[in-house]
Amino acid sequence: MTNHTVTSTFAQRLPKTENMFIPFIMSGDPTPELTIELAYTLQESGADVLELGVPYSDPLADGPTIQQAAARAIEQGMTIQKAIQLIPEMRKRGVHIPIVLFTYCNPVLQYGMETLVKELKKNEADGLLVPDIPLEESEELKQHAEAHGIQLISLVAPNSEERIKRIAEQASGFLYCVSSLGVTGERAEMDPNISSFLEKVKHYSSVPVAVGFGISTNDQVQLMHNYSDGVIVGSKIIKIIEGEQSALLKEDTRDEGLKRVKEQITQLINY
Amino acid sequence: MSVTYPDAKGRFGDFGGKFVPETLMAPLQEIEAYLTEALQDEEFIAAFQHELKTYGGRPTAFTYANQLTESLGGAQIYLKREDLNHTGAHKLNNAIGQALLAKRMGKTKIIAETGAGQHGVASATVAAKLGLECKVFMGEKDIERQELNVFRMKLLGAEVIPVSSGSKTLKDATNEAIRHWVAHCDDEYYLIGSVVGPHPYPEMVRNFQRVIGDETKTQFDDVKGGLPNRIYACVGGGSNAIGMFYPFLGTGVELVGIEAAGRGIQSPEHAATLTKGTPGIIHGSMTYLLQDEFGQITEPYSISAGLDYPGIGPEHAYLHASKQVRYESITDDEALEAIKTLSRTEGIIPAIESAHAVAQAIKEAETMDPSETIVINVSGRGDKDMSTIMEYFEGSDGLD
Repeated sequence: MTNHTVTSTFAQRLPKTENMFIPFIMSGDPTPELTIELAYTLQESGADVLELGVPYSDPLADGPTIQQAAARAIEQGMTIQKAIQLIPEMRKRGVHIPIVLFTYCNPVLQYGMETLVKELKKNEADGLLVPDIPLEESEELKQHAEAHGIQLISLVAPNSEERIKRIAEQASGFLYCVSSLGVTGERAEMDPNISSFLEKVKHYSSVPVAVGFGISTNDQVQLMHNYSDGVIVGSKIIKIIEGEQSALLKEDTRDEGLKRVKEQITQLINY
Repeated sequence: MSVTYPDAKGRFGDFGGKFVPETLMAPLQEIEAYLTEALQDEEFIAAFQHELKTYGGRPTAFTYANQLTESLGGAQIYLKREDLNHTGAHKLNNAIGQALLAKRMGKTKIIAETGAGQHGVASATVAAKLGLECKVFMGEKDIERQELNVFRMKLLGAEVIPVSSGSKTLKDATNEAIRHWVAHCDDEYYLIGSVVGPHPYPEMVRNFQRVIGDETKTQFDDVKGGLPNRIYACVGGGSNAIGMFYPFLGTGVELVGIEAAGRGIQSPEHAATLTKGTPGIIHGSMTYLLQDEFGQITEPYSISAGLDYPGIGPEHAYLHASKQVRYESITDDEALEAIKTLSRTEGIIPAIESAHAVAQAIKEAETMDPSETIVINVSGRGDKDMSTIMEYFEGSDGLD
């Protein structure tokens, strides 16, 4: 750990650094109130870190499932500011795991980098992940994040090659490994070379290494636990929530819906 | 003046760069490495120039617009005739350059995005000529609007992939092409159609399009001697304008880029990115774009599909910020009026995109001295726009 001007809360809020489960949900999809409830349900289902998505009009790294979730959330009026304001509500609800805001770069620039990390800290968030700021463009944001005790999460990909070392060595919070080339979304099969890729990443990384992109079955979760410190699951979670949407949206069936979400997630990450 | 942009990070001043997911960094570095090597290889340059000449039809003509000049009574007007390129616009220059690079890299397939279909047609054409497979991503809305170009691409052997995400137009076709490329960069090359996108695309496309300005410089010197006073080019992503302007930067020639004002820049329906936009990231590049206060990219509007883009090349953003180029905007109505004027005075029907440059030049030429000279880049011809133009004038009855 480097010396932070403001103490980072990420490590102290993190329940464990092995066999981690890191789910992604989209702020405001289907409603802001349900995002808070779903965050709590995910924690109760075993989540170790929550990735809270900010919807964006042009999500370059995302497949159709997350694109559509973003479009629905924008339609509902969700913004980066409103997403951040959900975090204190989640804390009140009992969410105590680290919360990482996932947002594309353009909303960050419009909000202001320094304002954003200050607001994140003030609103009890722990980390920030911006998928379209590669290492070369990350310096300014990283400085602001460090000064305010927010962990800037880095991504590394199977084709990062000689960049793996540079990215892994400066990683904070956890290191996000992209499982295979392409966008987010379910995949039938994982990259056959994933074990050697992850081995290399783990060699250089001083923070836990988690794998994401395309993880949607219990088999894949189990396989990834062999090679890494955790899994990140996005599109599959969105699909599970979509499947329960009508139950979730009605007051009298909400608890049942949440219960079924929890059951499906428990099955997915059970090992 | 020596122009040293972009720098090593692909920045033109504050603009440009590579704001892309990590998975795209490797393919971009691969292109950069091959491109640097190719541009130092005389054989590659010779092959590019050979295709431009024997296949594209370069050099394109340089025409004195005598009747237009006389009717306005101001500056002498010259036209750079990019409309005479094979496939009807300057787009082919870049498509040839990048397809040759793709072959050099050992790629067997190219992918491209298209709005109106002009870049899609240019890519499909070059792919056919060079024996490459070609996939063109096109928004579902544009497919409906541009039936003829869809057919042209298919006739040329390309596969047209409908894009149903987002607003189903050019911006989304570009997103989808990039998403597809991430997963298939081993054997596919992404042939981007304008001076947009992450580094090294803006610089590369500019280098393949600068032939427009280089030829103009020689041709003007041959017919008039010296340099013109002003040059006009339309700007969507901005490839014809950069190609024309680049060799004239720092020479004292006044350069004017013309954006699409659509139904007026006071209305929400325009594509005037520099006039009305703010800095941000679109398609991997820091530039000006049309967006809301929360950073969501908004939909542009122009009657001209080629200018209907919410961003602009980062080098234009830089040239705007450093005041090296003056940017103006022209409405749909003004552009369509200019089509009629140029058609009737010079027998040249420009593309609606190019007509924006013609319209601004007409406005300004009137106020200039007859001893002064201007050049308009007629970036494409209007054949593709006939149905739009007919609709606008409500058939031939509305022409007079």
